[in-house]
Amino acid sequence: MTTKKLDGKVPSGPIQDRWKTHKFNMKIVNAANKRKYSVIVVGTGLAGASAAASLAELGYNVTTFCIQDSPRRAHSIAAQGGINAAKNYPNDGDSVYRLFYDTVKGGDYRARESNVYRLAEVSNSIIDQCVAQGVPFAREYGGTLSNRSFGGAQVSRTFYARGQTGQQLLLGAYSAMMKEVHNGKIKSFTRREIVELVMVEGKARGVIVRNVVTGEFEKYVADAVILATGGYGNVYYLSTNAKASNASAAFRAYKKGAYFANPCFTQIHPTCIPVSGDHQSKLTLMSESLRNDGRVWVPKMKGDKRAPTAIPEEERDYYLERIYPSFGNLVPRDVASRNAKIVCDEGRGVSATGMAVYLDFAAAIKRDGADKIKAKYGNLFDMYQRITDQDPYKTPMMIYPAIHYTMGGLWVDYNLMSNIPGLFVLGEANFSDHGANRLGASALMQGLADGYFVIPYTIGHYFATEKFEKIDTNHAEFERAISNSKALYKKLLSINGTKTVDDYHRALGHIMWEQVGMGRNEAGLKKAISDIQALRTDFWKNLKVSGGAEEVNTELEKAGRVADFLELGELMALDALERRESCGGHFREESQTEENEAKRDDENFCHVAAWEYSGVDIKPLRHTEELNFENVKLTQRSYK
Amino acid sequence: MGGNNSDTMSLNLKVWRQKNNKDKGSMIDYKLDGVSPDMSFLEMMDTLNNKLIKEQGDSIAFDHDCREGICGMCSMMINGQAHGPEAETTTCQLHMRKFKDGDTIVVEPWRAKAFPVLKDLMVDRGAFDNIMAAGGFVNVNTGNPQDANSILIGQENAELAMDAAACIGCGACVASCKNASAMLFVSAKISQLALLPQGEVESLARTQAMVAKMDELGFGNCTNEAECEAQCPKGIKIENIARMNREWFKGALTSRK
Repeated sequence: MTTKKLDGKVPSGPIQDRWKTHKFNMKIVNAANKRKYSVIVVGTGLAGASAAASLAELGYNVTTFCIQDSPRRAHSIAAQGGINAAKNYPNDGDSVYRLFYDTVKGGDYRARESNVYRLAEVSNSIIDQCVAQGVPFAREYGGTLSNRSFGGAQVSRTFYARGQTGQQLLLGAYSAMMKEVHNGKIKSFTRREIVELVMVEGKARGVIVRNVVTGEFEKYVADAVILATGGYGNVYYLSTNAKASNASAAFRAYKKGAYFANPCFTQIHPTCIPVSGDHQSKLTLMSESLRNDGRVWVPKMKGDKRAPTAIPEEERDYYLERIYPSFGNLVPRDVASRNAKIVCDEGRGVSATGMAVYLDFAAAIKRDGADKIKAKYGNLFDMYQRITDQDPYKTPMMIYPAIHYTMGGLWVDYNLMSNIPGLFVLGEANFSDHGANRLGASALMQGLADGYFVIPYTIGHYFATEKFEKIDTNHAEFERAISNSKALYKKLLSINGTKTVDDYHRALGHIMWEQVGMGRNEAGLKKAISDIQALRTDFWKNLKVSGGAEEVNTELEKAGRVADFLELGELMALDALERRESCGGHFREESQTEENEAKRDDENFCHVAAWEYSGVDIKPLRHTEELNFENVKLTQRSYK
Repeated sequence: MGGNNSDTMSLNLKVWRQKNNKDKGSMIDYKLDGVSPDMSFLEMMDTLNNKLIKEQGDSIAFDHDCREGICGMCSMMINGQAHGPEAETTTCQLHMRKFKDGDTIVVEPWRAKAFPVLKDLMVDRGAFDNIMAAGGFVNVNTGNPQDANSILIGQENAELAMDAAACIGCGACVASCKNASAMLFVSAKISQLALLPQGEVESLARTQAMVAKMDELGFGNCTNEAECEAQCPKGIKIENIARMNREWFKGALTSRK
């Protein structure tokens, strides 16, 4: 087999007109015929819930699955800061073009221009839609919507609902979903995990799911399958993801032939609460919006153990303001994270571990008063105090970077369809819009753009241009998939070794964070690959899963996910190894400017890498899709 | 044995174990050493589970997901209090520094007729989704609504709506109510939408539908004990129940159905 050049099927013409023209050119399923088509939606976060609701409203028959006990609990709910849109309400010079430009640049020129432009174009409709649903965004005294600014942008374009924007947007999408449950157009199944994608004659036609309450395997058939299953940050064990966030649905689709694009593009969020000990099960993010008012610093002197308030102004290094005077504390996430690592590696980190920097609100409290700061960030300050037992009104917060988001994901074309016909991938689960680094407040925008305003058009085109064989779940492919699924879980239970799933997951996370984290190099990546292979071999020999197959068994659920992470981690390291350039969150130490900034190699790597599965322990194929920048000129990013 | 040094604690845990919905269930005692005060309550449970698995036991099933206090998945009765002793804090955000070395801690599932136990500390809260599907939404389809700023909402109402919308749907209100009433949960959604012009249009019909569904699913009535408010991890106020009652009465008096 040889590697291919992939076609993203991007429409031609001026960038401003591409989506409009494409919408007109796509075929439509007439209103009365929509009820003849069925769609499976996996995952009910912003992308999945908005897609499910919008498709059901159009008349399609939708079935949704989520791992939690209610669609309302998907991890989109934890997004704090906000959602971007190019409304230009503050009159500060924003436009669709500027949002597009900032997103392409922020992503370090590794996203498709056409997709990003479409994202910026529909951003305003998202805000209108959410307000119409009753999402309680923050308001000014006059009753109009309020905005704030975020990293990587010089305008205020972020809409927010206190520090709970993700929650409110998700509850809006969930309500819309519940409306369609009421109308009989959505069947919602909870506490289900996807075990296998079912393909018939090359098309995605269904899924095998495991009911995690009874342990039973169930078969569902449809005319198209949408994966909106989020990212794979939990490969690192410690991340800001929820505990159940997993890559299994996407990864098992990869094993059925869907390409996995840019798996090494992961985002490390600069403002998380530092690790406190080995018992740590997850990391908690402090919204990036805090960088609007908080100032990041470390002592100038190495190993300075004085209390932060005892360190005089002139002995502090506000390093982001010093190095990046025009963006200051609001540089993009990858830049802020890398600089935190640099100062800590220099021995200037704070806290007992030396792996933290200060985020100081003293100046903002002095300027605006504690009340105003409380109104903006009160819930975040409370959360910080609950976790760390320290009062950020009195002493600076301590923060450190943590894995937060994955820009890579299943490869999709402009219609958000993977290379498997009928398999669509939305939200964080796809790779399309954020390039090598996502800007703050853009994940919510992309999830809802895909679900509310893209998939309702593109899925219709797929239905209108394809012929569908009538099949049911008695088809041989379903039988084959279900016996594969049963075998996998039986195998996991039968190993009966000595180490728990968490033991393996922690070990994998350690390898990933050390070698495939903020700084990556050839020797480390090669070591990661061999270490992961050894760990995987050990997993299948020494794993201990308690409990049985036909009952609630959370250990068994976790075992299935970690089995996938043990393969995906290797793929991420391989992708990082072969991308011999730095870009955005992917920092190859061999490729940096004299000022330690990420140095791209546009001549050799201005492309998407999309991996095709070739079998366990066989090197996958690396296909590429060329990226063309016709509107935003390729330049070295600079936030100085 | 550790636990007596100043860094870690030894705990006596009494945990509800129930194999499935048909099993009768009982309290089982566990002793756990080496608990760090910096652990969250769920990390303490993780530690216990890993110990149980290595000792050939069955791990304790409990619901959890985001572990940052927003998804509403975690749900434990800790020493008789929903989400434990700390005010406005979910179980996942409760830290072991709130307990002392040698403490006995009793851990039980939410107990309510409408929330059947699935296993151990895990219950079925599907009834909340059913109530939401009865009317917890604004009837607007995806499309091209008016510009967001054409709907002006005064800051006071916007803030009150947000206070109500902060509900995480965890069910602590039901679990802590002696009547297993869901009124705080239901009224929070009704309030949020009634306070906003977008939702006010359907408010009376919505209230009738959601309350009827709540009654049908086996939740009890409110007898004004306000335990729900006291134990709500998000500080949802019972003034929402008053607003729901007003909306319900208005609807009952004016309905043509």
